[in-house]
Amino acid sequence: MIKITDLHASINGKEILKGLNLEVKAGEIHAIMGPNGAGKSTLASVLAGREDYEVTGGTIDFEGKDLLELETEDRAREGLFLAFQYPVEIPGVSNINFLRTALNEIREYRGEPTVSAKEFMSMVREKSAIVELDAKLASRSVNEGFSGGEKKRNEIFQMAMLAPKLAILDETDSGLDIDALRIVANGVNTLKSADNATIVITHYQRLLDYIVPDFVHVLYDGKIVKTGTKELALELEERGYDWIKAEIDAQ
Amino acid sequence: MNETIQTNKLHLFTENLTETTLPFSAETLQHAQQIIHTSDFPTTRKEAWKYTRVGKIAAIRSNAPNQQITHSSRNQVIEKNVLTFVFENGEFISAPAQEELPKGLTIKPLSVCTKEELQTIGCLANDSEDVFQAINTAFTKDGIYVHVADNCELSVPVQLIHTLTGENTVANFRNYISVGNFAKASLIQGYFSEAATNSFINVVSEIKVGQNANFSIHKMQYESAGNFHVSTEAIAQEKDSTFTIHTFTLNGSLVRNNLHIAVNGKNCTTNLNGIYLLKENQHVDNHTIVDHKAPHCQSNELYKGVMDDASTAVFNGKVFVRQDAQKINAFQSNANVLLSDAASINSKPELEIYADDVKCSHGSTTGQLDEEAVFYLRARGISEISARQLMVSAFIADVLDKVENQAFLDFTYGILNERFGWEF
Repeated sequence: MIKITDLHASINGKEILKGLNLEVKAGEIHAIMGPNGAGKSTLASVLAGREDYEVTGGTIDFEGKDLLELETEDRAREGLFLAFQYPVEIPGVSNINFLRTALNEIREYRGEPTVSAKEFMSMVREKSAIVELDAKLASRSVNEGFSGGEKKRNEIFQMAMLAPKLAILDETDSGLDIDALRIVANGVNTLKSADNATIVITHYQRLLDYIVPDFVHVLYDGKIVKTGTKELALELEERGYDWIKAEIDAQ
Repeated sequence: MNETIQTNKLHLFTENLTETTLPFSAETLQHAQQIIHTSDFPTTRKEAWKYTRVGKIAAIRSNAPNQQITHSSRNQVIEKNVLTFVFENGEFISAPAQEELPKGLTIKPLSVCTKEELQTIGCLANDSEDVFQAINTAFTKDGIYVHVADNCELSVPVQLIHTLTGENTVANFRNYISVGNFAKASLIQGYFSEAATNSFINVVSEIKVGQNANFSIHKMQYESAGNFHVSTEAIAQEKDSTFTIHTFTLNGSLVRNNLHIAVNGKNCTTNLNGIYLLKENQHVDNHTIVDHKAPHCQSNELYKGVMDDASTAVFNGKVFVRQDAQKINAFQSNANVLLSDAASINSKPELEIYADDVKCSHGSTTGQLDEEAVFYLRARGISEISARQLMVSAFIADVLDKVENQAFLDFTYGILNERFGWEF
């Protein structure tokens, strides 16, 4: 699905990612954990194509295409989805209208027929139910006046509508109470299939009780320094990151 | 004395213009002549014209005596099947048949009005400081006279279409509208141009809104680049009345709107909505005054602008609340989005309050499109151009939402699509 090789990226001249390697295959869920400032959100931003970040080295192969050569919108059209850590409020732009525009631009890019109004509305009903998002919220301005939990549910609702190949959840669990967390996780699990993949970026192990990862990676100082299974997440929860830092610094 | 007159731009400008033959009152004509003889075009040293240079207008040398009416207007209208009156270069072209006019509505060109009917001209637009009003009074050819009788409710709007044509044309266009007590009416104004260059339209409209009357104006300014438009609307509202004006400026090299609303009676509602969407080197200046003279009134003003390329805009909104005007709710807002580094806006909202029990607010914002929001939309697969267009449409949506006339709204969408490639 995606293969990141020796990725270096910086912002304002400061190097954040320092040779990151990661491969995710279809059907897999990968969790990326790490202390603050390790580069977790930078990785998400670089994958989505945020222009503030400069990629200074390395390659990203996404389904046989050079991801770094693609514009942000084309990455989305190729099937990459980023659930934002801080979803943006866009007053005046209706959630539904913008999603329909997005869906149709994606379909057009892929040479598929556009979605009819009727077909679209039935999709909205079906997909908003997955994250228990009130249909009224679905038709309001994008994220405007949404609670923290509603914003995150809206992200997963959009993910359900766009059915990406690779979803990157950037700290989707931050700011969620346990009920909202369960709903969001349930949404992600419902959307999981043998053909798609998910990268879960998180600070806390808690989310991984609900979204069970195949692999857990520890990102520290711009690199993946340790890879394990879900047990690694539990160990991190118990022991914190200091032992890993010590391990790395000792090398 | 001779010397001063020769260097006076206003004198040179008016040299070729033909004095009005309309039987306005002697007092009104004298007042106008006096202003023309004793003043000149405003410079940027004058506060009301600080950001708008009228040099290009002053430099026009009208070929008025030989001015030909082309009659070739492509009959562009905003709404079909309404009472449409067509003017070209300030001259009357066409009107619906008299028998089509609903009962209670008197409407005709000024040129066929009686002397008595024209005595009210100049009673509202008589600002001694404003040379454009004086030029209009002294040199106007024609315009529309509207009287809606008391208790008369018009089911269809009146539509006024003005087309500017030719080179170096100076068109002075004058309108007088009086809406009777308990009457209801609406007016669509469309200002267009056809094969016009370096031409200037100077419009003055005087509007009286009677007791408990309801009057609304939908005004579209869409002269092509290279032409100039100065427009003055002087409105007087009597008690319990409602007046609404939508001013949409979508083209024209230099457009200046003076909107002066005197709210003379209590319990009035006044709504002012405007959009100006500019590009290239366009300059649009909206000066509005809402003068609350009586208590228990409400005014809502919302102007939004989007400026691209090297365009510039001016917003100056003044709200007066006089000493006797207690319990006033006055809201004013001007918001702008600059799409390019070279575009600029000078926005000055002003409140002058002399009463002590009022609720007033005003605000002005200027910014760029939220780049984080653009990125968010792109990250969902929307192209950058569509994302920006979505954001711009969202920005002006609240002004468009206030437009009651669907045909006017559809016409606006058509222009936005044609001129900016925006789809709604």
